Amino acid sequence: MILAEGMHSSVQDLGRKGYRSFGVPISGAMDKYSAILANKLLNNDEKLPVLEMTMIGPKILFEDHSLIVLTGADMSPEINGAPIKMNHVYEVKTSDVLSFGSLVSGVRAYLGVKGGFLTENKLKSYSYYEGITSQERIHKGDRLRIATYDINLEMTSSKIKVKTAHFEARKLEVTKGPEFNRLTKKHRELLFSKRFKIGGMNNRMGYQLKNKFPSIKDTEIITSTTIPGTVQLTPSGTLIILMRDCPTTGGYPRILQLTDIAINQLAQKKENDVFKFDLESSFDFLSRLVSRFKD
Amino acid sequence: MNLYKLTYKPLGSIAVLIQWPKKIEKDILKNIILFRHKIQVDMGEYVLETVPTYNSLTVFFDTARIKYSGVVADLKEIYASKDQKLLIANKVWKIPVCYDDEFALDLTVMAKAKKLKKEKIIALHSEPLYDVYFIGFLPGFLYLGGLAEQLEYPRRDKPRMKVRKGDVALAGNQTGIYPKESPGGWNIIGNSPLSFFNVDIFPPCFAVAGDKVKFIPVDKVRYTAIKKEVEAGVYEIESEIYG
Repeated sequence: MILAEGMHSSVQDLGRKGYRSFGVPISGAMDKYSAILANKLLNNDEKLPVLEMTMIGPKILFEDHSLIVLTGADMSPEINGAPIKMNHVYEVKTSDVLSFGSLVSGVRAYLGVKGGFLTENKLKSYSYYEGITSQERIHKGDRLRIATYDINLEMTSSKIKVKTAHFEARKLEVTKGPEFNRLTKKHRELLFSKRFKIGGMNNRMGYQLKNKFPSIKDTEIITSTTIPGTVQLTPSGTLIILMRDCPTTGGYPRILQLTDIAINQLAQKKENDVFKFDLESSFDFLSRLVSRFKD
Repeated sequence: MNLYKLTYKPLGSIAVLIQWPKKIEKDILKNIILFRHKIQVDMGEYVLETVPTYNSLTVFFDTARIKYSGVVADLKEIYASKDQKLLIANKVWKIPVCYDDEFALDLTVMAKAKKLKKEKIIALHSEPLYDVYFIGFLPGFLYLGGLAEQLEYPRRDKPRMKVRKGDVALAGNQTGIYPKESPGGWNIIGNSPLSFFNVDIFPPCFAVAGDKVKFIPVDKVRYTAIKKEVEAGVYEIESEIYG
């Protein structure tokens, strides 16, 4: 049961696929790397839903036994007031309370439970999204069902090394977007030499950047497909990086495309954090990276 | 159907973006629908989903099974292949809309600016058969083509923070229906009692790209009656097969 709701926490899995042509966003964990890690540490299927918590964590009362793990952002987690480690599996018992303190690193933490959350499944996904699931975030007093755990059966402790670089990335890997060729040479130089700063408008739908960018000739396109990681350039020269809950279509030029790894890294950054775009031009190089990430 | 010079571009590492000439027109819509259908029939094995827009089709593929270059090669071959006989049954959906002042928040202002009577705007808006080009922006938001030129009107300077579910609106040369409450900058001229997205049935939207939509003006009494039927889950949307 949720005793205090924190800032913004929602149940997420790896997303809602197959409904884009009905206008339904993909959704899913903002930082898939950390969400998958939580499940792997618990020997869960990587697709099982976890609880994504943003900057200020909730306070949760367990009403049953289970195993839990926290990955992603370090928000100083405690069980019954005693600090616990990140990326470490703990047993929780009925009436244990999980709470959080100050944010030490990253932005989004993931709570994995043995067997996953058993919240509502809509359009083949557990991911919260307003209008698809009955709520878009958790509230005080909510009770989230979790899988039954047989405490005598298994005490998992997978050893997986966590990549610290994941939280410290200063370069986000991108490929060219469909409208990249509308950029002038000067635009391209700026795009790959400048340090970009994250603005205050950043959420599950997208991240706006603070730097103004010179606008280009054709600042609108006929509405076309967008996906998480698409970098749009608006007529006013603002760069918007679309994230997991982004609309399926948009009308601004798509100048760059973040790789999935880069989206995960960006999901752990907050206002005023800086980074550079790192262009990988070879597509096959990228698909190799993607398959390596899957393994 | 090999009519257009298409371009193929990667969209991230997961999809191929196929682009038609930069125009909004019915022939392109038909061509996209036909190509999409062929892809679903011939490449279903590794194509996960396809998303049409006005002048593009995005093909999401299973990266574990095929590479980008392989998908593009197959797409080109299918596009160039002779037409199989395809029967795509498209429908005309009759969408009740109440244009009463209570709903039509921007109709009076628009009528003044356009120097048209409100009745004339309603007649012009409910007369055409609109083409459903695709669904995007929000779950269940239909992108429609075919607005009368006389009704072209700029979007509001200040978008509303809240547009009601079912609001029928127009902006530029477009018209549409908000499937759920959301912020929005289009001019509201009515409201439809129908649900355009239902998460608990498949498919969640009754209309698909290639269908047509006709707005049927209804009075407040009829509107309220339909709304009750929709809420009770017993309203059947009127439709006809065309083509």
